[in-house]
Amino acid sequence: MTSRQHLLPARLTATTAMMPPTGTILPMTTAFTSSHGRRTRKPFLAQLADHAEPYLYSAPALILIITVMLVPLVLGMSYAFRDIQLLNPFSGGFVGLDHFRTLSQDKAFSGALKNTLWWTGASVVLQFTFGLILALLLDKPFRGRGMVQALVFLPWAVPSFLAGLNWAWLFNPVIGPLPHWLFALGLIDQPGNLLSDPHHAMWGPIIANVWWGIPFFAITLLAALQSIPRDLYEAASIDGANWMQRFLSITLPFLAPTIAITVLLRTVWVSNFADLIVVMTGGGPADRTQIVASYIFTQAFKALDFGYASAIALVLLVLLIAYSMLIILPRQTLLNKG
Amino acid sequence: MRRSILPVFAHRLAILCYIVFALFPLFWLLKVSLTPNDLLYSEGVRMWPSRTTFEHYAFVLQHSAFPVFFKNSVIVSGSTAIAVTIIASLSGYALSRFTFRTKYWIVGLMLLTQMFPLVMLVAPIFKILTPLGLTNSLTGLVVVYTAFNVPFATFLMQSFFDGIPKDLEKAAMIDGATRFIAFRQIILPLTLPGIAATLGFVFTAAWSELLFALMLINGNNAATFPVGLLTFVSKFSVDFGQMMAAGVMALIPAALFFLLIQRYLVQGLTAGAVKG
Repeated sequence: MTSRQHLLPARLTATTAMMPPTGTILPMTTAFTSSHGRRTRKPFLAQLADHAEPYLYSAPALILIITVMLVPLVLGMSYAFRDIQLLNPFSGGFVGLDHFRTLSQDKAFSGALKNTLWWTGASVVLQFTFGLILALLLDKPFRGRGMVQALVFLPWAVPSFLAGLNWAWLFNPVIGPLPHWLFALGLIDQPGNLLSDPHHAMWGPIIANVWWGIPFFAITLLAALQSIPRDLYEAASIDGANWMQRFLSITLPFLAPTIAITVLLRTVWVSNFADLIVVMTGGGPADRTQIVASYIFTQAFKALDFGYASAIALVLLVLLIAYSMLIILPRQTLLNKG
Repeated sequence: MRRSILPVFAHRLAILCYIVFALFPLFWLLKVSLTPNDLLYSEGVRMWPSRTTFEHYAFVLQHSAFPVFFKNSVIVSGSTAIAVTIIASLSGYALSRFTFRTKYWIVGLMLLTQMFPLVMLVAPIFKILTPLGLTNSLTGLVVVYTAFNVPFATFLMQSFFDGIPKDLEKAAMIDGATRFIAFRQIILPLTLPGIAATLGFVFTAAWSELLFALMLINGNNAATFPVGLLTFVSKFSVDFGQMMAAGVMALIPAALFFLLIQRYLVQGLTAGAVKG
C-alpha cells in the first residue's frame, strides 16, 4: 500500500518535467501519447473524482454503519466502566472495574454462561444435523420439489417473536397439545407446562430454535450441494461406488468449507440470539433459561442498569472474540504451513 | 425397478415428516384462531374444532390497536427495505467493481458488524437516540434497522453484481455514458432478482425485530407488531383466540414475501457458492 502511495506523485513529476522542451508541438504529442500518458494529464478535479468514485458509492453505507453501530459500540464499552442507570439522574460517574467485580460474584451470570453453552451447543448441533438431512433429501429432483421446498423452508420466514409465542402456546397445557401428548407417551408425570419446569425448561426454546433454524442450514447446504458437478457422481457410480462411498468421498469434501463457515458463524449468531428466550420464558423459571444475551437485555430493559448491562456485554464480546480466534488461528497456521 | 421402490418410499416419508414438523405449529396457530371461545377448552387437543368462527379476527380488527401496529410495522419494514436496498446496491457495486485502497478495511468493518452481539448496542443506542427525539418514533427504528441490515445486504448485492460481466458498463462508458448512468440503466435492471432477494430479506428481518423495538418504543402509537403482540400477551393473557388471530395476521406479510423470493433463495446462493 505504501509503495502505491509513492508511485503516483513520482509518475506525475516525471511527465511534467518532460513537458517544457517539447514547446509548440505539445498539443500534438499529447494527442498521440498512449492512454497511459493521457490519463495523467486529466484535470486535477477529474482525477480526484476518479479516486473518490468508490468512496462516493460506499459513503452512505459507511456513514450509517459508523454512526449507528461503531460509535454506540465504543460508547457501550465506556459504559462498562461507568455507573449508568436510566432512572437515577445522579449516575454517570466512572466506577472503574466495580461492575466486573460484581459480575465475578453474580450467580445469575455464571448460570447464564453455562446456559449459553448448553443453548448454543444443542441448538446448533440439532439445526445442523436436521438441516443437512433435509438438504440431502431435497438435492435430487422429484415431482413437487419446488412445493416441498417452499413448505419446509417456511419456518425461516416466521418472525422470531411469533415463533417463540407459537411454541410457548404449543407447550401450554391449556391451549397446546404437546403436554398432553408427552403425558400420553408417559414421558412426563402430568400434563404441565415444560417452560415452567426448572429442570427441562431450556428444551422449550431449544426446540423452537431448531424448528426455526433448520431451513437456514438446509438452504445454505442445498445451495452448496447443487454446485457440486453432477458428472462426478456419474463417474463414481460407473466405477461402482455406492451411496455411502459417494457421500463420503464427493459430497462431504465439497461441503466441508460451507459447513465450517456456516457452523462457525451460526454458533456466534445463536449464542447472541435472545429473542426466543425473552419471548418464551423471560429467562425463567429462576434464571434457568437465562443466557448471557438475554441477561444483558433484561439488565438494560427491565433493571434499566445500562452500566452493568454494558459490562456483561463487554465480557460476552471478549468471549466471542476468543472463540473466533480459537477456531480461526489453528486454521491459519495450518494453511500457512501447507 | 422394484428395488428402487423402498428408497423412494423412505425418501417421501422423511420429507413428509419434515413438512409436518415445519407446518404443525403454524397449523395450530390457525386452528386456535378459528376456534370459538366456548369450544377452546372442551376441544383442546382436537385437530380441528367442530365449529369455526372468524369472530377473533373481527374483534382484533375492530376493537384493538392491532391495525395501528400493523400499519406501523408495514411502514417501518417497507422503509427499511427500500432504504437498505438503495444503499446496499451502491456499496455492493463499489465492492464489486472498484479496487481501492481502503476496500479491505471496509469489508473488514462490515464483517465485524456481523460478528458482535447487537444486544450490546441496546443501551448506547437508547442513550444516543433519546436527546435526538428518535425514541418512541418510527423514524428512529428505520434508521437503526437500516444500519443493521446494510452490511449483509451489501455482500448479497455484491455477489449479484459479481455475476454480471464488467464489459457491459465498459461498453456503455465508451459510448459516452457516465459510470453512474451505466450503473443505473444497464447494471441495476440486470440485478432485479438480487434486488428482490434483498428487499425480501430486509423486510422480513425488520418485520421480525423485537429487542430494539421493545427498548426504543413504549406506548401504543409507535408500537410495531412484535411490541404490540407482547404487550397484548401480558395484558389479556387469557384471550388465546384473539392473540393467535393477531399472530396469523403478523405472519401473512412475512410469508407472502417469503413465497415470492423463495425460488431465488437457493438459486442466488448457488451462484455465490460456484464462484466462492
